[in-house]
Amino acid sequence: MSFLLDVATIVCVSTGAFFFLAGTVGLIRFPDTLTRLHALTKADNLGLGLVVLGLLPQSESLRSGLKLICVWLLTLLAGATVSQLIARAARREGSSP
Amino acid sequence: MNIALALETALALVVLGVAVWTIAARETYAAVVGFVAYGLLLALIWVRLDAVDVALTEAAIGGGLGGVLLLGAAARLRAAGTAALERPSVGVRLGVAALSVAVALALAAGVLLLPDPAPTLAPAAAENAAATGLGNPVTNVLMAFRAMDTLLEKVVLLLALVGVWSLAPDGVWGGRPGPRHQADPRGVLAFLARLLPPVGIVIGIYVLWTGANHPGGAFQGGTILAAMWLLVIMAGLADTPPASSRRVRLVLIAGPAVFLSVGLAGLWLGDGFLTYPAAYAKPLIVGIEVAMTLTIAATLGLLLAGAPERSAAP
Amino acid sequence: MAEFLTGALGFILAMLALGLVRILRGPGDADRMMAAQLIGTGGIACLLLLGAVTGVPAAVDVALTLALLATFASIAFVKKGSAGLDAERSNTTEGG
Repeated sequence: MSFLLDVATIVCVSTGAFFFLAGTVGLIRFPDTLTRLHALTKADNLGLGLVVLGLLPQSESLRSGLKLICVWLLTLLAGATVSQLIARAARREGSSP
Repeated sequence: MNIALALETALALVVLGVAVWTIAARETYAAVVGFVAYGLLLALIWVRLDAVDVALTEAAIGGGLGGVLLLGAAARLRAAGTAALERPSVGVRLGVAALSVAVALALAAGVLLLPDPAPTLAPAAAENAAATGLGNPVTNVLMAFRAMDTLLEKVVLLLALVGVWSLAPDGVWGGRPGPRHQADPRGVLAFLARLLPPVGIVIGIYVLWTGANHPGGAFQGGTILAAMWLLVIMAGLADTPPASSRRVRLVLIAGPAVFLSVGLAGLWLGDGFLTYPAAYAKPLIVGIEVAMTLTIAATLGLLLAGAPERSAAP
Repeated sequence: MAEFLTGALGFILAMLALGLVRILRGPGDADRMMAAQLIGTGGIACLLLLGAVTGVPAAVDVALTLALLATFASIAFVKKGSAGLDAERSNTTEGG
């Protein structure tokens, strides 16, 4: 049982790290502020979610597991709304000289 | 080199790199962003050093509130157009650099040349933890063994706020700090400011509550509450309270007042100033921390709001 | 398991550093605003992994605080960047 949990952790955390890699590659290579923002928000949040999922089997109690999920939900909410605000500011800045 | 050491080196290098970039940045805005990034990353190092209380405070103050304070100052300078005129001379900058390097070297020497084992009161503090019944040694030190220092710190915070308020122009003395923020009430920022603060308040109260036995405490909880209050203000959903408001002033003095009265009660009912009777130590400390959290939240929020700029009329 | 998590932590930290280099270099305020967002995700992942590796369960509390305060800092960046200041001064009604 604990072997299965360890395998789940390794798979999820590896996939999460891969998504972080994808997000960073997008951040570096995309040509525009808005596309970079897109790469950062989507890929990094997904990577964080997978890392949280991978750390859930390793958590020591139900309460710490719930806290982990709470962290991820908070980051999702924050990422979704703040990226909208940054995008508007970027568009406004891009249109004015 | 095993992997843990490689990780620590990488972490230290990243933080140092961000710090160097912050110093070398040309624009104030960029430097403040670098400063916030540096503060947030420093929290990682504190966790690695197993100083989670310090990590909480660093993430809250150094990362969030400190950066916003600097941003407000930078924004005012930019709006006033004075930033371009105030570049210090090369001599001054070299002197500052030399002083910073000297301080850094002295700190490094102090830490690296400590005798082994280093002189510390930590074991004594940990042994006497049963005196108050709290499980977190940091809270014990803050609230029981060095309670005087904590009381004076809160008074210093109040004095800082008084200092900021005294910068108000005569016409708006006692008025509302900061500009009136506007945002579309059906927009994204207003949505976030309605959804996040309740969650943030619960987390702030949780950090305060868990400070009894786990890392946390009044200061970190109060800072989170202040950040949530400022978020609501920045979204235009609430206005800053006027500096002359009686209710605000009562909240501001609540923390130090409770602390002081418990301390004075210790003179009559206990062994001396700021001693707690053994049976009631934990409830007293928790009560003081609750009052202090409210005061810290109000003080930090008002400190970041700035000096009064508008008259108190609604 | 601990070595694997430490390796993942180092990897994500390297990604964070690379992202920071790109963001902080980016011309203009809009690029730099993303820094708090980047640390809000990458830094929290590093923090959670660090807590699991070093056996510090309270690291999750630090992650909660970091999430809240990074959001707050991001919003302050947006409001007080040059674009945000222009919007305030002209007092247009916009999304935020």
